[in-house]
Amino acid sequence: MSAVERTDVVIVGSGFGGAIAAYHLAAGGARVTVLERGPWLRGEEFDQDFLLGTSYTRIFDFTVGDGMSILGGNCVGGGSVVYFATMPRAPRFVFERRGSIGRRMWPAAITRDTLDPWYDVVGEALPITPQSWSDVPYAGGLFAAACAHSGRTANPSPSAIDKPKCTNCNWMMAGCRVDAKRSLLLNYLPAAQAHGATIRPLHEVQRLTRTSEGAYQVHYNLVDDSDYRISRPGGVIEAKLVVLAAGAGATPVILQRSEPDLGTMPAAVGRYFSGNGERLNTAVIDERRAREVLGLDRGDGRAYEAYQIGKGPCVANWDRLDGSLPEYSRYSLEQLYFPPGLGTVLAQVPGAAGPSWFGREKKEMLRRWRSWLTVFTMSEDDNEGVFGPPPPTGNAERIAQQMLGRGALRYRPTPNTLRGWAESDADVKNILERDGIAQVAPWTNDLVGAYTVHPLASCRIGDDPATSALDDRHELRGHPGIFVTDGSAVPGALTVNPALTIAALAERAAPGLIDAARQRGVEVTHGAPPLGGTRVRTPAVSRD
Amino acid sequence: MTSRTATMTLEAFADTVIPGCKRFPDDPAICGVSDDPGAVEAGALTVLADPALGLTEALDGMAGLLNMHAGAYQRRTGAAVDPALPAFVALAFDDRTALVQELTDPAHAERDVWFGAALFCTMAFDCAPHKHTVEAMAEGHPGLRLLGYAPPGADGQWGFEHFSYGRALAPPHPDTTPSGSPR
Repeated sequence: MSAVERTDVVIVGSGFGGAIAAYHLAAGGARVTVLERGPWLRGEEFDQDFLLGTSYTRIFDFTVGDGMSILGGNCVGGGSVVYFATMPRAPRFVFERRGSIGRRMWPAAITRDTLDPWYDVVGEALPITPQSWSDVPYAGGLFAAACAHSGRTANPSPSAIDKPKCTNCNWMMAGCRVDAKRSLLLNYLPAAQAHGATIRPLHEVQRLTRTSEGAYQVHYNLVDDSDYRISRPGGVIEAKLVVLAAGAGATPVILQRSEPDLGTMPAAVGRYFSGNGERLNTAVIDERRAREVLGLDRGDGRAYEAYQIGKGPCVANWDRLDGSLPEYSRYSLEQLYFPPGLGTVLAQVPGAAGPSWFGREKKEMLRRWRSWLTVFTMSEDDNEGVFGPPPPTGNAERIAQQMLGRGALRYRPTPNTLRGWAESDADVKNILERDGIAQVAPWTNDLVGAYTVHPLASCRIGDDPATSALDDRHELRGHPGIFVTDGSAVPGALTVNPALTIAALAERAAPGLIDAARQRGVEVTHGAPPLGGTRVRTPAVSRD
Repeated sequence: MTSRTATMTLEAFADTVIPGCKRFPDDPAICGVSDDPGAVEAGALTVLADPALGLTEALDGMAGLLNMHAGAYQRRTGAAVDPALPAFVALAFDDRTALVQELTDPAHAERDVWFGAALFCTMAFDCAPHKHTVEAMAEGHPGLRLLGYAPPGADGQWGFEHFSYGRALAPPHPDTTPSGSPR
């Protein structure tokens, strides 16, 4: 393709950061093109099937790095299509974190109080609703009962799930066939399309260049529909404004690859990556003790045996979300389901005499799979991740036709991060091994390093140019007209599931995007109608 | 290296990852340390050879490499072996296990290769990624059966009518906001 297309705004990625930006810019009248490297699936195209090549592998990516592997969405709708839709707000102390940079990591303009109105907007748009105990599946109930038994609290988490529609099938990572999960395919993206935005799947952006007039040219490849190892040069779209929202594992890679053309990038591009301090423990429940100690009964003679049943993480323990505790000692614990397939190999046999992740004892652990309970830690890591030189295309050298690739991220957990993990491991053990309820072991980090389903901070906002790539309006320092609105903009680990915070930051950034587009000659106005009704008043628009 | 040798060697590797019972009395690849089928009968070789996963072309080389490591292991430890068998197949189960532990140690240069192979063998067992799950369930796939993975409904979809204890099981955190978030 030789002709250069032109539009007002190109948005790279269609997850929370991209979809929310697309909606506001399109509703304001801008011509918006969204480029998404993954496929576009809807409703019944989401398979309940582990077969390679079904939606389970098409829309999901596992990128192995050196010391950190990233799991994330790879489809129109991004993470919202594959995630578990657990949507708590980040606790107040998170915004005051200093990390290892000796100053507040977040911009002065952002606190929990200033972000709350934007949380409200997203909560209304998706929508997000509280969960009652009657919505909580057995696994969450068991975790709650164990928390209570050890003198702790436990909360049903707010979620973007239409509970009456949900079948508790636990296939959420392959996409939701019944549209119970309120992904972006059901709200922001169709709203953006209704206002004229164009969404192009299987378009993988490689790099940006700048024109002599100060516009940007976005260079993309076209990716094969089923074998993502195959791609060919696609074309170039020129835009006055570019919003990068390719995810924290990809956005910095695009900028790194663009550096020879665009000029020096801020030092924080591809640095300060956070895995949200994530860690997993798997417990094998003693069914008899679950009945005797916790008084659990499903009404059919079974106490639990219900790992497969549910809708991801539904119950969280927030006792360590205490701002008076020292940094790196604060974390939440969430009951979690991890489907068969990718993760099973990493679960370790509690108290194994031989190898802990394979072999005879692992098979015996698998025999008790129905009695598994996985507990998810989200803690405060140290933003240790650094991206090396980018691969030839995309953000990974793809190994398998789908799902599996090797990226350039290097992560070496600091003693701070390791201490938080050790404290949370001990906490999980204390909760679940008490009175013989279960035996617990953490997943091994020896094989693929640590892992995260919530990559963050690789191109972050902040007030300090030395340690943040973006200003507090999400504009890339030194490169006017390039904005970043995805998880890479979040300054650091959040101690809770980050999707709602990423979305709230994107909502907060949207008025600034419109201002910047106007300044660059795009005819676009403020005032897109809030999605999901009028209960929430849109926060006042900032006009710098 | 014949493909039969390679197959037998990789079967022995898969049987080390998730062990099973012998398929027939003189089954050399499977040590038979377990009473029911393991990764081999679950389809590990089919999964390893699936072009979708990117190892197809490498499998013969991997089998040769594994036998080379096994030969070195045998010479180093003096483990008794049957010289008629490929070196890895000739090892006893505990020796196969010890070697796989060495090869997947964080410090081993080939860790990624052998962990990748072990990952695919585990996946063959716990989710049968070479078959439609509905069909795998209907055929009584040994891994899904051992897990106790619940079958789908008549429409081929999963769902659970009964899913909740339906009662409060813990006190909520005192600093919970009205919308259900931490404060």
